[in-house]
Amino acid sequence: MADKIGIYVCHCGSNIAGTIDVEEVARWAGKNIGDVVVSKDYKFLCSSLGQQMIEDDIRSEGLTGVVVGACSPHLHEKTFRNACKRAGLNPFLCQMTNLREHVSWVNSDKAAGTKKAKALIFAAAERVKRQKPLEPMEVEVNPATLVVGGGIAGLQATLELADAGYLVYLVEREPSIGGHMAQFDKTFPTLDCSACILTPKMSEVGQHENVTMFTYSELEEVSGSVGNFKVKIRKKARYVDYDKCTGCGICTEKCPRKVIDDVFEAGMGYRKAIYSPFPQAVPRIPVIDAENCTWFTRGKCRVCSKVCPTDAVDYDQKDEIVELNVGNIIMATGWKLFDCKRIPQYGFGRLANVYTNMEFERLCNAAGPTSGKIVMRDGKTEPKSVAIVHCVGSRDVNSNPYCSGVCCMAALKFGHLVLEKTKAEVYSFYIDMRTPMKDYEEFYQRLLEEGMHFVRGKVAEVTDAARKPDEKGKLIVQVEDTLLGKQRRIPVDMVILMGGLEPQADAKELGLKCGISCSMAGWYTERHPKLDPVATMTDGVFVAGVCQGPKDIPAAVAQGAAAAARVAGMIAKGTVTIEPIVASIDEEGCSGCRICNNLCPFNAIEYDEEKKVSRVITALCKGCGTCVAACPAGVITGAHFNNEQIFAEIDGILWDAKPQAEVEIASV
Amino acid sequence: MSDKPKGKLALYWAASCGGCDIAVLAIDEKILNVAEAFDIVFWPCAADGKVRDVEKMDDGSIDVCLFNGGIRTSEQEYMAQLLRRKSKVLVAFGSCASEGCIPGLANMNTRKEVFDTVYKEGSATVPENPQDVRPQPATKMPEGILHLPVFYDTLRTLDQTVEVDYYLPGCPPEAENIWKAITAIRGKGVRNLLCEAPEGPSRQKVPDTFSAVIGLNTTVCEECPRKRGEKKIKKFYRTWEIIPDEETCLLEQGLLCCGIATRAGCGALCPAVNSPCIGCYGANDGVADFGARMMSALASVIDSDDPDEIRRIIEEGIPDPVGSFYRFSLAASQLRRKKKMQIA
Repeated sequence: MADKIGIYVCHCGSNIAGTIDVEEVARWAGKNIGDVVVSKDYKFLCSSLGQQMIEDDIRSEGLTGVVVGACSPHLHEKTFRNACKRAGLNPFLCQMTNLREHVSWVNSDKAAGTKKAKALIFAAAERVKRQKPLEPMEVEVNPATLVVGGGIAGLQATLELADAGYLVYLVEREPSIGGHMAQFDKTFPTLDCSACILTPKMSEVGQHENVTMFTYSELEEVSGSVGNFKVKIRKKARYVDYDKCTGCGICTEKCPRKVIDDVFEAGMGYRKAIYSPFPQAVPRIPVIDAENCTWFTRGKCRVCSKVCPTDAVDYDQKDEIVELNVGNIIMATGWKLFDCKRIPQYGFGRLANVYTNMEFERLCNAAGPTSGKIVMRDGKTEPKSVAIVHCVGSRDVNSNPYCSGVCCMAALKFGHLVLEKTKAEVYSFYIDMRTPMKDYEEFYQRLLEEGMHFVRGKVAEVTDAARKPDEKGKLIVQVEDTLLGKQRRIPVDMVILMGGLEPQADAKELGLKCGISCSMAGWYTERHPKLDPVATMTDGVFVAGVCQGPKDIPAAVAQGAAAAARVAGMIAKGTVTIEPIVASIDEEGCSGCRICNNLCPFNAIEYDEEKKVSRVITALCKGCGTCVAACPAGVITGAHFNNEQIFAEIDGILWDAKPQAEVEIASV
Repeated sequence: MSDKPKGKLALYWAASCGGCDIAVLAIDEKILNVAEAFDIVFWPCAADGKVRDVEKMDDGSIDVCLFNGGIRTSEQEYMAQLLRRKSKVLVAFGSCASEGCIPGLANMNTRKEVFDTVYKEGSATVPENPQDVRPQPATKMPEGILHLPVFYDTLRTLDQTVEVDYYLPGCPPEAENIWKAITAIRGKGVRNLLCEAPEGPSRQKVPDTFSAVIGLNTTVCEECPRKRGEKKIKKFYRTWEIIPDEETCLLEQGLLCCGIATRAGCGALCPAVNSPCIGCYGANDGVADFGARMMSALASVIDSDDPDEIRRIIEEGIPDPVGSFYRFSLAASQLRRKKKMQIA
């Protein structure tokens, strides 16, 4: 049967028609491309009338293939495939070519744009003639979900799903869930106590019958795909038996070894070698820090073991790998604080009374090392003046170009706490004050009224080198006040650097494990920045919280809930449709060389020892094409992307190229 | 076989080493069966014959022509066209005719560079040439004009010159394969053989189910008895650097064995004697470019994520990628030749 191809070129208002002569493209395609029986242009093909037109043509002309020259297939491939399906044409006989993002939006020359559009249409038409009808497959969705990260975003997602009756496995790297929010004193702009609103959620998760927690554990490996992931969790050795321990805390109390707590206390306080990071930790089961424990380092002590009433301490415990089957994964891995030492002119680590924002959170936290008293490094002197430096490691081409989003509000919160607890003068050094969310601007107004001083300018330097008598023994903040238009030196007792939010050091590595990518800055890339903010390009993997980009607590919570809603929707439906674009191996031709065996990112290739051939497990294959490209014998075929289709597409692109004539010169 | 009328067979050689002609004789006493089944009407290597005799034959009067060698000169081009016209079935016999083979590697150079090497820089064939004499297509002499064939810039395969019906791979084809091919052609035992296809085989554009290559459609690994595991390669070795273990896959030991990409049929002769496959049987069906396939496969199993280390592994272990991966197929590859400098 001869092909009957329909070609449809979209104006997309003036988006495409502004730079491409779409009428000419349609006219030309109808005349010059073989087997084309319909060729039309239309104002908005994605409108219901546009779709209807295609459907009508399929029915009346008996089209065997449809080419749509419009926007990105990311946006409307589904739309047009469905239109074809409604008219009885297999959706995989519809080919979209991107005339908007690939031509009109990147081009201002109408003649050149029209020429390129013709080549793309030609290529799509040649390709569609060789496309084969494909049928999608359905696979069941495992109702269990893996949540990676026990910060507020992950907790929210966990609770939403668990409350809906679904099983959740929650993996947290630290000994307790809670994340950064557990370290904070107050939350802006309402100033409610961070722990007071967080800990109920923590204990709810800890006690929930549908939640299995893996604290002090890390995501080791992910295989499989949406609906049926297999994950491996590394439970790091706690050296405390999870089942025997009652969390009485006597081991921690008696442990003779004190260690500076760099994690929870941000270096401001101590913990023991056997410890639980904070009193409300969930679970209450402590861990032994083997690097610092006297028994592990010197082979002496064993005090914790001796005092434990339930004999729960187990020095021989080893890391354990747990394998789980889940249908979906929510990544809520959070962030790390910008290392303020990277900006040496601000003096952190060199000048004693320069603090990071996280240090200050612990300093003014009632449960912190000073019981909430704001004092300087000597542990007793109250500062008379405090400088808060904004944008440390944010909005700076030398570190991170992005705005961390939360530091302005945190700085205002700090200002309020200092004014409330001390008699100190407080200065804020800001570039722009960013207070866009609900009640944030009001909080800024409040601090203006409370008498916090605002200096608009990026701090050049924090120094202890006094030039004037009143600067002696002080930290001097050197700044250009851009509102006054002059340089200022402001002597203070204490400086707080508002370090920015950065992606976790292993975010990229962790993302690769579940097949999601990072932006240039290192934040996980969502499927669509506006319309699909918690899904990713990998089906069944969702993102929530700061790992997707800087955000405050309400936004992180909203994303956690959103990701949970998406997952709940998938579980409720019960099955997912898998695209039939998969690889297959011709077993007759496969010589069992095993080149492909290691390559599949989805572990979808198995080797049959008996027949000595490799085989693709269709349900796991995502059609990425890695094995197709690697197969030296050329016996792996990617459905919808076979050689014939790709070469036809290339030939189509080059429709007007003439082969370079072989010029043979008779004389030498 | 003897109850059929005798067929007419021609054999010809173009840009090749002569090994293919010898390979025909390597079928041993069966050559007598060939003579019994066919009248050998033209075989310059073995029997006297003149081009003008061939020119006088009726078009299509030769049943089968086994043509070995690539097309490098105007004379070879003429002979290819002549034999195509005179033959019902034209077989690209061996690697040179099928894919260019070693002579095709000269496509990494221009004619001028080839001539410089042979006539200027002093070679075994022309040790001294102070006047820098070059072959000329036409030379005026007192007696008249002398002609030499024009030496082309690019070596072409037989099917880049004329339409080809079948291919017999190998450098040279193994005797067993030659005998099978001859009996198949004579007895029409191979499916889809030309005479049975209603409109003749679709030349150039080979449909899915039709293989114009007389051979197996799998790779050398199929015939290789070595033990194979999942592949992770940290270092490539050249053959003189290690004595490989005799039981494990040579590629896994870091030797550039092309068996993974090379059409089976030889019986894995080279790996059997601890020597890596160099790919003389060419690519499998459906593979557009042998070298690209090899590189893509090897790139997939290099065991490192560090770009510097990967570069080192490749640079130290594969000093001659064209020679290693396009030894037989450069002229037939998608690149065909090194890019010629544009003359402004």
